[in-house]
Amino acid sequence: MTATIDWYVALSAILFTIGALGVLLRRSAIIVFMCIELMLNSANLLFVAFARSLGDLHGQVLVFFVIVVAAAEVAVGLALIVTIFRTKRSINIDEINLLKG
Amino acid sequence: MEGTPVQNDWYFILLFVVLSPILAAVPMLINYLLGPRKPNFIKQQTYECGVETVGDAWVQFKVQYYIYALVFVIFDIEAVFLFPVAAAYGQLPLFAIGAAVLFILLLADGLAYAWGRGVLEWV
Amino acid sequence: MEFTPPEINLLIVAPVLIIMAAGSLGMVIDLFMPDGKKGWAVWLAAIGLLLALAQNIALWNGNYETFIPQNGVAMVVMDNFAIFLNATFLLTGLLVIPLSRSYLQRTGLEKPEYYMLLLFSISGMMLMGMANDLILVFLALEVLSIPLYIMCGMLWPRPESEESAMKYFLLGAFSSAIFVFGIALVYGATTTTAIPLIFDAVAANGLNAMIVTGLAFLMVGAGFKVAAVPFHMWTPDVYEGAPTPVTAFMSVGAKIAGFAALLRVLMLALPQASGEWVTAVAVLSTLTLIIGNVVAIRQGNIKRMLAYSSIAHAGYILIAVAAAADNPSAGVSSALFYMFAYLFTNLGAFGMVIALERNYGEGNLLDDFKGLAKRHPWLSLAMAYFMLSLTGIPPTGGFSAKFYVFGAAIEAELYWLVLIGVITSVISGYYYLRVVYLMYMFDGEGQLITGRALQFAVFVMAISTLVLGLFPEGLFNLTAEATLSATRLLAGG
Repeated sequence: MTATIDWYVALSAILFTIGALGVLLRRSAIIVFMCIELMLNSANLLFVAFARSLGDLHGQVLVFFVIVVAAAEVAVGLALIVTIFRTKRSINIDEINLLKG
Repeated sequence: MEGTPVQNDWYFILLFVVLSPILAAVPMLINYLLGPRKPNFIKQQTYECGVETVGDAWVQFKVQYYIYALVFVIFDIEAVFLFPVAAAYGQLPLFAIGAAVLFILLLADGLAYAWGRGVLEWV
Repeated sequence: MEFTPPEINLLIVAPVLIIMAAGSLGMVIDLFMPDGKKGWAVWLAAIGLLLALAQNIALWNGNYETFIPQNGVAMVVMDNFAIFLNATFLLTGLLVIPLSRSYLQRTGLEKPEYYMLLLFSISGMMLMGMANDLILVFLALEVLSIPLYIMCGMLWPRPESEESAMKYFLLGAFSSAIFVFGIALVYGATTTTAIPLIFDAVAANGLNAMIVTGLAFLMVGAGFKVAAVPFHMWTPDVYEGAPTPVTAFMSVGAKIAGFAALLRVLMLALPQASGEWVTAVAVLSTLTLIIGNVVAIRQGNIKRMLAYSSIAHAGYILIAVAAAADNPSAGVSSALFYMFAYLFTNLGAFGMVIALERNYGEGNLLDDFKGLAKRHPWLSLAMAYFMLSLTGIPPTGGFSAKFYVFGAAIEAELYWLVLIGVITSVISGYYYLRVVYLMYMFDGEGQLITGRALQFAVFVMAISTLVLGLFPEGLFNLTAEATLSATRLLAGG
């Protein structure tokens, strides 16, 4: 039994769903953030798997861009989380509620 | 890499997964069975090397430490764009080298900015 | 292995390069300037924007392509569509700068970084307009968003500002993750991310489930950016907490860039799937119009009210996008017209909000507008005019824009959507005209803090709105040309 492309699509769909659910359900900003990274990486997995199965290098290059963008987001996001923690002593997004939505 | 050889590879990994905990567990088990036990207060304490901790371990780091780490993350990952250049260095025309140099200059601009803002000083 | 460099002509991308260079240069100059001197950054940004605008206009009608790899499909196109959008973004930048200056000084925010981040964000928006490849669309989306996250939080340690940045960041990153997953699915289905090649692949092999799923993800991702209901929940909080000039910039620039992405994806990559997306866009539009306009009525804070108003306006532009499915030229050109008119009207209204805000978060209530007409007759008149334009009462740019959008929708036989648009416009009159009512019919203590730059910018925007209201044909012809060039490129492959 060899792993076909369907397996990779299924795996990345599962990872994406876990990430999306985490973003919607978890309350800690750091964990929400990690779930977003999981979603981005599930897309990366999909790119690489498709590139491999379609025999097209393009997809592998795209992963570089996604990785770098994710790193830039990490830098900005963690800086924001640290700043908000220093002010509020909490990163629970339920307690970040000065602005009523 | 299809059919049986692939399957054999997987069996090897399965075997490894089963064997490695056993290999790790056996010496611990022998140690537990044969080793002498004379507990006293000092021995029961959490092992820690160096001097005893004073105060809470959850001290605040200087915020500059975070920025230092964040700057590192960016530069670390940006290096990914240089791998293709390095891999194909022999065949590259001057234009591609120029693009890579421009890329590094832009990174240097960012580094100079971070430096000028005092992020790189250890505090 | 032979390496063939892509065909690159840097003159074609000069507008965006000028903006990026000005931003990078600013970071270097900042190192050598003493801390006290801050005025240079304004001039650097303004000159960069003007130069880029001049070069941008010089490229009009050129239909250039550049960054062409071996497969012959350019990654960057400089058609009139891109040039029109670029001009919109550059004008946004040029108008936000005079609006920001005195606000930044009184909130202690006057740092060169503000202008550098503004430039970087604009460069991302411009890339979005020029992108001919989905991965470039994604990169542009991030280049425009990441500086905005920081700009929202620039008033730290004020908790509201931090909170706004945090919410915008988490939702923005969430939406871009969805967007990139959509790109991955489309890539898997068509073996390419180049927009014309996606079109060809769909033309050759037809649609399949994976493309449609990818399209859905792309639409959700873009829906977050343009703040369409039900992806709007971040908007009021982020708009309220961010420094007001940043809110103004975001409400115009980021929204137009989001629509640029949406139009590229829907109209140029996947027009053959219009049967699939037109219903979705129409439903989004209906929800956005109703919820945006109805919830805006309840708001007592002007920034929140304008946030819901900006959600509602996304709904009107979505009508144009839905109309573009059946009637591409009228739909796309009316969307472009709407965005251009919205730029002046909305920035003008925000200019007044900025002038009214004494300190960060003070003077943002609707009640603070009471009695302004007596003390500041001219600026109050301008504000009243902007409110009329946002409602869509002639002779204003807002009216012309709605006129074209509804016209395109009627041609596309989306009568019920037009009906909802008209009804919600009437509803919107209630909360827009309440501001006018408060300014003219009450006595109050409100004072505007205006510099010459802000007055000039508000004056320019009021005149532009008036001109667009009285003589809309000129701009409409430009938008029609912009649309034609994009569709011609598509037909040429």
